[in-house]
Amino acid sequence: MTTPALSITDLRKSFGPAKIIQGVNLEIEKGERHAIIGPNGAGKSTLFNLISGGYHPTSGSIRLNGTEIGGTKPYLINRMGLSRSFQVSNIFANMSVRENVRCGVLYSMGYGYSFWRNVGNLKEVQRKTAEILEKVDLLDKANLPAALLPYADQRTLEIAITIAGGAEVILLDEPTAGMSHSETERAVALIKQATEGKTLVIVEHDMGVVFNMADRISVLVYGEIIATGAPSEIRGDPRVREAYLGDEADALENGDAA
Amino acid sequence: MSDQTMQDFKNLAPSNSQKFTQRLLPLVVFAVVVLMIPMFNPSSLVLTLLNVMGINIVFALSYNMLLGRGGLLSFGHAVYFGLGGYAAVHAMRMIEEASYGDGGFWASYPVFFLPVIGFACGALAGAVIGWPSCRRAGTPFAMISLGVAELIAAAGFMFGSIFGGEEGISGDRMNGPELFGLSLGPISEVYWFIAFWTIVGTFCIYAFTRTPLGKMSEATRDNPERVEFVGYDPQRVRYLVFIFAGGFAGLAGGMAAVQYEIFTPEAVSLAPSGMVLLMAYIGGIRYFAGPIVGAVVLTYMQSMMSDYSEAWLLYLGILFMVVVMFAPGGLAGIVAGLINGMRAEDRNERIGRWLTVSAGGLLAFAGLIVLIEVAVRWSNGYGEVFEPFGMHLPTASALTWALILIPIAAGVGLLRLAMKRKEEGHA
Repeated sequence: MTTPALSITDLRKSFGPAKIIQGVNLEIEKGERHAIIGPNGAGKSTLFNLISGGYHPTSGSIRLNGTEIGGTKPYLINRMGLSRSFQVSNIFANMSVRENVRCGVLYSMGYGYSFWRNVGNLKEVQRKTAEILEKVDLLDKANLPAALLPYADQRTLEIAITIAGGAEVILLDEPTAGMSHSETERAVALIKQATEGKTLVIVEHDMGVVFNMADRISVLVYGEIIATGAPSEIRGDPRVREAYLGDEADALENGDAA
Repeated sequence: MSDQTMQDFKNLAPSNSQKFTQRLLPLVVFAVVVLMIPMFNPSSLVLTLLNVMGINIVFALSYNMLLGRGGLLSFGHAVYFGLGGYAAVHAMRMIEEASYGDGGFWASYPVFFLPVIGFACGALAGAVIGWPSCRRAGTPFAMISLGVAELIAAAGFMFGSIFGGEEGISGDRMNGPELFGLSLGPISEVYWFIAFWTIVGTFCIYAFTRTPLGKMSEATRDNPERVEFVGYDPQRVRYLVFIFAGGFAGLAGGMAAVQYEIFTPEAVSLAPSGMVLLMAYIGGIRYFAGPIVGAVVLTYMQSMMSDYSEAWLLYLGILFMVVVMFAPGGLAGIVAGLINGMRAEDRNERIGRWLTVSAGGLLAFAGLIVLIEVAVRWSNGYGEVFEPFGMHLPTASALTWALILIPIAAGVGLLRLAMKRKEEGHA
C-alpha cells in the first residue's frame, strides 16, 4: 500500500474549554479530490488551519506523505509540498498580479532569501510565473495592481498563488465563496485544470461544486467526521441528512446548490 | 506552454527601453547632476550643504528600506547611523596612529573606504538588535525600536571610551593612503568622496529592491500571513532587511564621520531618528525617490531656514502634518500626481482645482507665518516687532490680526471649495 498524501489520526484541538476538533480521523490518497463539508461552526476552517500549520494541535497526529507535520511552522509545511488558499482573499494588495504569482514561485525555484540576484533576470522564474498566469487565465491582467482586480479575479489570483509553488497537496478554503453562478462554473473548471494530478482538499458550501468535483466527501459536524465516502454514499446517508436542516438538506439531495 | 503565450508574456514585462527610462535613466541623471555641480564653482558653504544632503539621502533611503518597503516603523534608526559613524571615527584614529606608528593593516587602509567600516558596523548592530526586535512587526516593533534608541542614547553618555562623553570622539581625515589623488583636506575634495558614496549607496539600495529578498520584503509588508504560506518565514525576511537597513545607515554614518571628523552621542539620540522619519515620510515612502527628495528638502530647511526664522521647526512640523493629512504620498506623490494628472482627460478641470488648492494653501500659510512670527517675537519679550515688506506688525495692532485671520479664513474657504468640486467631479 502506498503512503497516503495526508493522514490524520485522532486529531483534537481545544481553545480553552471549547473543544473545536474532537478526534478527527482521515486518510486522503495521492491524487484524490477530497471535499470537507459541514454546517457553519463545524470546525472546517480550524481543521484547515491545523493541517497547514496555522494552529498547534492539542493532541493527535497529522502526516504529510508519512512525515509528521502537526504544529510545524506554516512555511516549513509549505516547503514540504502543501499549499493552501484562504476563505477571504489573502493577496499582496500593493503588488501587481504578476508580482503576486512570482512571490508564490520564488521559494520553490530555490531563490529563497537571496539578495544578490535581480528578479528581472531569473528566466525560469519568469517562465513559471507566465505558465501559472496562463493556466488561470490572468495573463491579460498581469500588470494590474492586485487590489484593483474584480472580486472573482482576486479569488482566482488567490488560487494562482496557492498553486504557484508547485505543491503536490492543495488545500482550498471555499474557493467559490461569494461568486455568481457563471463565475463559480468558471472557477470550478479552472480549479480542476490547475490541480490536475494533484491531491486536492477542498472546503466548500456550494453542494453543486462539491458533488461535481470530489472523489470522496467527508462530513464534519461538531468537530467530528460523521461520514466519509463517495458522493453517492454521502447523499443517501441519514446521519448526514440529519446534520443538515432545511434548504441545505434539499440541496444535498439534489446535489445542486441554489 | 505555447510560444505565442511566452511571446505575450514577454510583452507584459517592461521592454528594454522602458527599463532604461524608468530604472537606469533617473540614476544616470542623478549621477550626472552630482558630477556637474563642481563645474559651477560652488562656495564652501554650498558644498557643505550638498555633502550633508548626500549623507542624508543615503540615511533616508536606508530608513525607507524599513518603513516604505518593509512596513516597519522604526523610531531608532539613528542608532545604526551613529554606531556606524562611531566605528568609522575610531577607524580614522587607528589609521592616524598606525600611519605615525608602526604601520600595519590600518596604515594601508584609505580613509576613502571608511564607509565600508560604517556599513559593517551598522549591519552588525542591526544583526544584534534586530534579533529580538524583528520577531514582531507593527506596534511592538515600533516600541522596541524606541526602547533600543533610548538605551543606546543613554549608553552614549556612559561609555566614555567608546562614545567620548559629551565632547564625542574626533579624528583627522587627512591620514593614511590617498585614493584617486584626493587628500580629503578641502571641502571640495570631500565632495567627491560624498558624491561617490551617495551614488554607490543609492544604486545598491535600489538594486536591493529588485532582488528576491527585496520583493519578499514588500510582500511581507502587505501580508505577512500569506508570506508564510508561500514558503517564507516573515521574521527571517524582516530580520535580513533590518540588517541591510542598518548597514546602509552605517554607511551614511561613515560618510558623516569623514565629513565632520567628529561624532558625539547626539548622533545616536532620538532627534536624528525622528528627523530621518520626517525626511522619508515628507519625501514619500511609497516611491523610491521619495526619501531622496525629502532628504534634500529637509536638509535645506535645516541649514537655510534657520537663518530666516528661529521658528523653522514649527514650519517643519506644519509641513509634516499637512503631508500626513492631505498628501500621504509625500512630495514625490504630489509630483507623480501632477504628472499623471497632466495626461488625464479631465486635465483642464484638474489644473483649475490645483490652482485653487495652491492659492488656498498659500493664503492660509501666509496667515500662519504672520501668526507664528508675531507670536515668537511676543514670547521672546525683547520688544522686537515683525516687519515684513516694510509693514509694522505689533501684537496689539488690528492690522496684524487682520493679516492673520483674513488669509487663513480665505485660504481654508478656497481649500473647501476645491474639495467640494472634487467630490462633485467624482459623483
